[in-house]
Amino acid sequence: MKAFTYERAKTPAEAAASASRNPGAKFIAGGTNLLDLMKLEIETPTHLIDVNGLALDKIESTPDGGLRIGALVRNSDLAADQRVRRDYGLLSRALLAGASGQLRNKATTAGNLLQRTRCPYFYDTNQPCNKRLPGSGCAAMGGFSRQHAVVGVSDACIATHPSDMAVAMRALDAKIETVRPDGSVRSIPIAEFHRLPGATPHLETVLVRGELITAVTLPKPVGGTHIYQKVRDRASYAFALVSVGAIVQRDGSGRVALGGVAPRPWRVEAAEAEMPHGAKAVTDRLLAGAKTTHENAFKVTLVQRTLSAVLAAARS
Amino acid sequence: MKDSSDGINESRRDVLILGRDLLVAVPVATMTAPSMLGAQTSVPEPPVRSKVSLKVNGEVRELELDTRTTLLDALREHLNLTGTKKGCDHGQCGACTVIVDGRRINSCLTLAVMHEGASVTTIEGLGTPDKLHPMQAAFVKHDGYQCGYCTPGQICSAVAVLDEIKHGMPSHVSADLTAQPQLTAAELRERMSGNICRCGAYSNIADAITEVAGRSA
Repeated sequence: MKAFTYERAKTPAEAAASASRNPGAKFIAGGTNLLDLMKLEIETPTHLIDVNGLALDKIESTPDGGLRIGALVRNSDLAADQRVRRDYGLLSRALLAGASGQLRNKATTAGNLLQRTRCPYFYDTNQPCNKRLPGSGCAAMGGFSRQHAVVGVSDACIATHPSDMAVAMRALDAKIETVRPDGSVRSIPIAEFHRLPGATPHLETVLVRGELITAVTLPKPVGGTHIYQKVRDRASYAFALVSVGAIVQRDGSGRVALGGVAPRPWRVEAAEAEMPHGAKAVTDRLLAGAKTTHENAFKVTLVQRTLSAVLAAARS
Repeated sequence: MKDSSDGINESRRDVLILGRDLLVAVPVATMTAPSMLGAQTSVPEPPVRSKVSLKVNGEVRELELDTRTTLLDALREHLNLTGTKKGCDHGQCGACTVIVDGRRINSCLTLAVMHEGASVTTIEGLGTPDKLHPMQAAFVKHDGYQCGYCTPGQICSAVAVLDEIKHGMPSHVSADLTAQPQLTAAELRERMSGNICRCGAYSNIADAITEVAGRSA
């Protein structure tokens, strides 16, 4: 690990301003992803701004009947919150399907959105990787690509976004509140938060340097049956091959978002019009233009079958 | 016989000498390569030190550490509490699990300086050889280990798991999100999935936790 200086920020605006002053700075909250990457020197911040002391750890009701989740709310606390369990079951389910009890106790709401891909070639510093070292190439294409993305990919990168939580947030139309170094705040719809890789896979979100996430807001509950179905290589504590997050209403309408198949939580609103026509019709729209490798082409079929199971479970 | 034997020895000696020359020659060659020289000059960085105060197993401990020191390394290398184990050092195995402010975490994936004033409980703080914690006693009784390397993490995790269930925290296998979770084998196994045992003592670990869970329920 490279040496770094360390400070404890006292206010969100102070944290953002400090990050803006120090080009090599990173915020640290739970640290479960950042420290892992620092040990491998994939992340090499020269300054760490510890944001754990900021009062961003509350879950509050909003005037319009939704929830405002502080950036520092731990994954385990968010999953266990009574309001989330009752009104946003999809979010609880997605969180509980991710990581381990120990990691969920540390990992934060904002950090979960910002976690980096688990592509093994991104992690292996002996391999080319356009995300880790822009312009060096992609070892996943033509390598072991069974875990990789099938939609939203580019010629530069086929890595997936690993989050389960973000899939639920995408289906729930979450918004991400931030503060910028000049003190201004903005609210970013999650659909616009993560970038597709294109020719610049190292740029993963629309955040500017020093911009700090302060909260994630959810609109008022939409009702329906909430299901998060994750398919993985072992029963627990593994990243998704494919995951389906769905909210299904009594009349068969609803929302669907996918994990494990794209560089960001994947949702195509137009595909949801097909829900009354079944899983194949929805999948055809959701994964239109899919670009698979010989090792991950199975994911297209797996999405359809998992969605079929989810829709059947919602009806029963 | 003697001549031939000497011949073999001599040729061995030649190989050894050749080997030694190669060992010397390789670093010299690379030292002169410009790219390696660049790497060499960028290596030394002054370590940055920071003070932190931790309450470990009930005792306040003042430390001045390189900021890079993980909580795990602070416990093992600076406080000589070697009960907590380093397995993967990447949050994948759970051997480093300790309880911080009442919650189990991977001590390898957090910096010591991030825990100013925190209360840390390690395996040494749960019980002693003379007065075992009930979970320690149950692991002994049920033979919940073979090599024992993952055991301190398993036990810290298991103690926290029962507390999480008591406080109604749901899990991936809880059928009803809004109901009090049950103390079933499926619940315990799911909740313990962050602790890997390469010896495969899982069934005995599950038996040990089940016994303690029944007692404290």
